[in-house]
Amino acid sequence: MTQFWIGQIVQGVLLGGYYALLACGLSFMFGVMRIINLAHGSIAVLAAFLVLTVAGQWNLSPFLALLAIVPVMAIAGWLLQRGVLDRALRAGELTPLLSTFGLAIVIDNLLFERYGADTRSLAPNVGDLAYSSWTAGGLSVGELALLTFAVAVALLGGLHLFLHRTPFGRAIRATAQDADTAELVGVDSRAVYAGASAIALVTVAIAGAFLGLRSSFDPYAGATQLIFAFEAVVIGGTGSLWGTLLGGIVLGVAQNVGSQVNPQGFLIGGHVVFLLVLAARFALGGRDLRALVRPVRRTT
Amino acid sequence: MSLLAVEALDVRHGLLQAVRGISFTVAEGEILALVGANGAGKTTLLRAIAGAHKPTAGRVVFDGRDLRGERANRRVRAGITLVPEGRKLFGEMTVRENLQVAGAHARRGRWTMDTVLDAFPMLRPHLEQRSGSLSGGEQQATAIGRALMTNPRLLLIDELSLGLSPIAVDRVYESLRTVIASGTTIVLVEQDLSRTLRVATRIICLLEGRIVLEGAAAAMTREQVTQAYFGLRHAGSASAP
Repeated sequence: MTQFWIGQIVQGVLLGGYYALLACGLSFMFGVMRIINLAHGSIAVLAAFLVLTVAGQWNLSPFLALLAIVPVMAIAGWLLQRGVLDRALRAGELTPLLSTFGLAIVIDNLLFERYGADTRSLAPNVGDLAYSSWTAGGLSVGELALLTFAVAVALLGGLHLFLHRTPFGRAIRATAQDADTAELVGVDSRAVYAGASAIALVTVAIAGAFLGLRSSFDPYAGATQLIFAFEAVVIGGTGSLWGTLLGGIVLGVAQNVGSQVNPQGFLIGGHVVFLLVLAARFALGGRDLRALVRPVRRTT
Repeated sequence: MSLLAVEALDVRHGLLQAVRGISFTVAEGEILALVGANGAGKTTLLRAIAGAHKPTAGRVVFDGRDLRGERANRRVRAGITLVPEGRKLFGEMTVRENLQVAGAHARRGRWTMDTVLDAFPMLRPHLEQRSGSLSGGEQQATAIGRALMTNPRLLLIDELSLGLSPIAVDRVYESLRTVIASGTTIVLVEQDLSRTLRVATRIICLLEGRIVLEGAAAAMTREQVTQAYFGLRHAGSASAP
């Protein structure tokens, strides 16, 4: 019995790795630019379709295809910031929400137009990686789940190092704290925003590829992914990237445990924990909207 | 030729006109102090020179170049840096990181991490500390040090001693002497009149967005400045309305 629950929790933690990967870009964009990108899930699905197309076209492994997609997504992020979000930010706090919401609808329907309603997956492209697993001490963990978790930790860790050890990373942190003052010491805040958006979309591209590997997706799958990412960000807070990992893990464990309690419990378990954390944040942090994502404890 | 020329500058906050047709010049090596009551337009004027606030009319010419339309970060590269009111440090970052951020876009010059720390030795023990956790005096030193890291030719300092203990003010001014000795041109806003008269070479007194008194600090008495400050009479060589 104990072994069973340990198994469930381990699966939940590994699932949390995927959620952290997914939430990383959302958390990063909110942390730096105070933009809640409602097109986040749709962009992840777009990346999954791009990987599928490139892998199919040249008969490549999805991982190689992802490598080709990454620079494309970086440029797309830069253009998104310069073309849409910079203008939206100048127009007030709500405008970025509206414009990214619109963008999500545009992406979803363009994908539908191009790829139709069929459900796709990248799993057939990676042979037995999709279903094989390692067993140790009666505990069985999927290779892909483990790989996803490792990639999430590496990505978050790499991003953390980048933000703390490189000049551009420091400029991003300074701009995130106070863009006006950052300008006054020579930081080009518009370039920083564009760079941060490019980085965010690279992480979304990686998340999209893993979405395609671990499950199926269709043109309208973005909304669900956005909700998972949003829940992970709210649970973990945006103060540090490790908060995002923690938020993903809590969500993953809650869903897995929930699914064992009740057949319908997978989503309900996640939503319940999300709502509890949200209620706690409101109770502790007042009714300010920022309290939604305030970090549990600031770490620098 | 003057290093900085402000020509008929108008700056607004919405309907409020904070700076009304102000003109003055600053020569290389000068220490100019702006004096005036709260709301006289000193901070707005400094922010407009630094590029953080867009003027509605008039222009700022720096080293012969019209800065119209140039954003603050470009002006830093040209050699104008503002130490903002209230320090505005990146509180979540360490003192070292605060200095590094500014140093990353620096012009070449004598100010580096080492020379800044030589000028502000009180910062050395706190380099790896979060700047938000420093005392007021240490924060002001970090803010000035951060501005120096960009190697400004013109350093704008807003409210140097505001909110600091008298001892902290002494220490900050002591360090400022090193900066002045290096030949950096400074425009300073300071509430403490006796300090202003001692450190500045020239004084401009603002009242309700206009210059009411202007002259060499050595030739000015406390009474003259005080009267201009309160608008009791438009004294001296004022370009009064």
